[in-house]
Amino acid sequence: MTRIAYVPLGHRLAHMFEPLARQLVRLPPVRWLLTQVSRLGFSGKSLVISVPYVWLLLFFLVPFVIVLKISFAEQVVAQPPYTALLGWVDEKFLTLKLNIANYLFIVRDSLYWKAYLNSMKVAAISTLLCLLVGYPMAYGIARTSPAWRNVLLMLVILPFWTSFLLRVYAWIGILKNNGIINNILMSLGIIDSPIVMMQTPFAVYVGIVYSYLPFMVMPLYATLEKMDLTLLEAAYDLGCRPFKAFLRITLPLSIPGIVAGCMLVFIPAVGEFVIPELLGGPNTLMIGKVLWDEFFSNRAWPVASAVAIAILLLLVIPIMIFQHYQARDAEAGR
Amino acid sequence: MNQKRSWFLPACLIAGFAFLYVPILSLVIFSFNASKLVTVWGGFSAKWYAELLGNSQILDAAWLSVRIAAINASLAVVLGTMVALVLTRLGPFRGRALLSGMATAPLVMPEVITGLSMLLLFVSLEQWFGWPQGRGVTTIVIAHATFSLAYVAVIVQSRLTQLDESIEEAALDLGARPAKVFFVITLPIIAPALISGWLLAFTLSLDDLVIASFTSGPGSTTLPMVIFSKVRLGVSPEINALATILIAIVAIAVVVAGYFMKRQESMRQRDIQRAIAANQ
Repeated sequence: MTRIAYVPLGHRLAHMFEPLARQLVRLPPVRWLLTQVSRLGFSGKSLVISVPYVWLLLFFLVPFVIVLKISFAEQVVAQPPYTALLGWVDEKFLTLKLNIANYLFIVRDSLYWKAYLNSMKVAAISTLLCLLVGYPMAYGIARTSPAWRNVLLMLVILPFWTSFLLRVYAWIGILKNNGIINNILMSLGIIDSPIVMMQTPFAVYVGIVYSYLPFMVMPLYATLEKMDLTLLEAAYDLGCRPFKAFLRITLPLSIPGIVAGCMLVFIPAVGEFVIPELLGGPNTLMIGKVLWDEFFSNRAWPVASAVAIAILLLLVIPIMIFQHYQARDAEAGR
Repeated sequence: MNQKRSWFLPACLIAGFAFLYVPILSLVIFSFNASKLVTVWGGFSAKWYAELLGNSQILDAAWLSVRIAAINASLAVVLGTMVALVLTRLGPFRGRALLSGMATAPLVMPEVITGLSMLLLFVSLEQWFGWPQGRGVTTIVIAHATFSLAYVAVIVQSRLTQLDESIEEAALDLGARPAKVFFVITLPIIAPALISGWLLAFTLSLDDLVIASFTSGPGSTTLPMVIFSKVRLGVSPEINALATILIAIVAIAVVVAGYFMKRQESMRQRDIQRAIAANQ
């Protein structure tokens, strides 16, 4: 799972460590060190720009170019298992061989189509469920007293710090045939034979909603907390019923939070691997799992690359929407 | 407001938090279960902890993961802070939009894609330049640092935009060099963001399965990779014991942070009281 630290989460954390940091920079050895480093006097600007720039170009952008390149290669039994695109003919002519067989393969084979559509469906439904569970929580937190608010937000963030893998693992113990839910239901005599929940789409939805819920709650909370409550008071004074006031005022004002939260859940959920693998079992067809199997089980690096490019094409619009909102938040200086 | 609303929100909150915490609690409770069947209670026992401590495969992997996470976090804080500084303080320059895009895209990139692209990069680099030779700790750290730095950059950037620039400007006007202004004035102020960024990068790396699986080589099996291979075969009480230890560490850290926060708050209150008293 891609674990997204959204800006409010960062703020919360920074706020948490503010006192610790103050104590730390006051320590004499730290002060001494900072002063010493500041005396070195390297000329900053070009260095500060070029180091992270080169790093990101080399380790973030170039890899995508290579994935694109290998998606046009042919699979061979060799190390590494793909052919080169550029070659020399008669040691005179440089030739470029583009092989679109991988793309034809993933377009023609219905397995990939099903995996794509199913990933989109699972991600969309999970996002909606996250919104339905997360919105009342965010709303509830935003409307409690400030002291409670901090405690509750801490409780939302806290699961982040325990392992994601282990939290997904916990659901196996809860959902399996001789797991906690079935044991309780059977000992109460409600059911005679266990309900099969593991290795079903239901388990995958539960896993995704559970793991991604904090990403939905944090941005929603951020927008709901900033809302001007006098608008609601004015609506009530004018005789508007609470539910209508919610639909006409609160909901439209929280749209930026809804969009940010939905993107933060939807985009990584499409490519999710761990949850469908552990909770969904072999019948769950999701594109992240298909890519993983192509790569690790079949050693089909070129096909895996073509699948990766196809996922990217699918996600380019949601990612752009996310970036747009992210940039707007950064400019607003939250 | 009407009656209906007043119970609806608390009920949602209670149900939501139960949903978040019941699975974690179940992990803890069943780690003390004497029975090997993880979900059938067979009496209290701490034997899985003893077995965990005797399992050198898990311990070695845990130590490797901690080392990778620490190097990654330190690297990510340096690079991420640079990105944040460039984007907030250095004004417009050519290629700024590209940098900002490259620094936010890793936040939402599906892990399988990041992992695959990183691996293919390392394989190609080895083919062309002979570096890195094989895959291991170095390649995992590079892959982790590349996505971790994006998180650090976001946090530090938001801290820098909140910071009053006039303090830095005053120091510059008084003749301090930019490097000195940064290390003596800016850095202490953004230190909380750096600490939270470091911790976040540390946990992200410690928790990552997918990217590490793509970029690791033989002999560099990280803790999530060991857990994953065990969990795939079914539930095992040792993993519950491991989870409980991790949860205990997090809980202790939160209590300590809470203590510092409270102390700071009471100090601030005292200072405010003093200031009021001095003005009278």
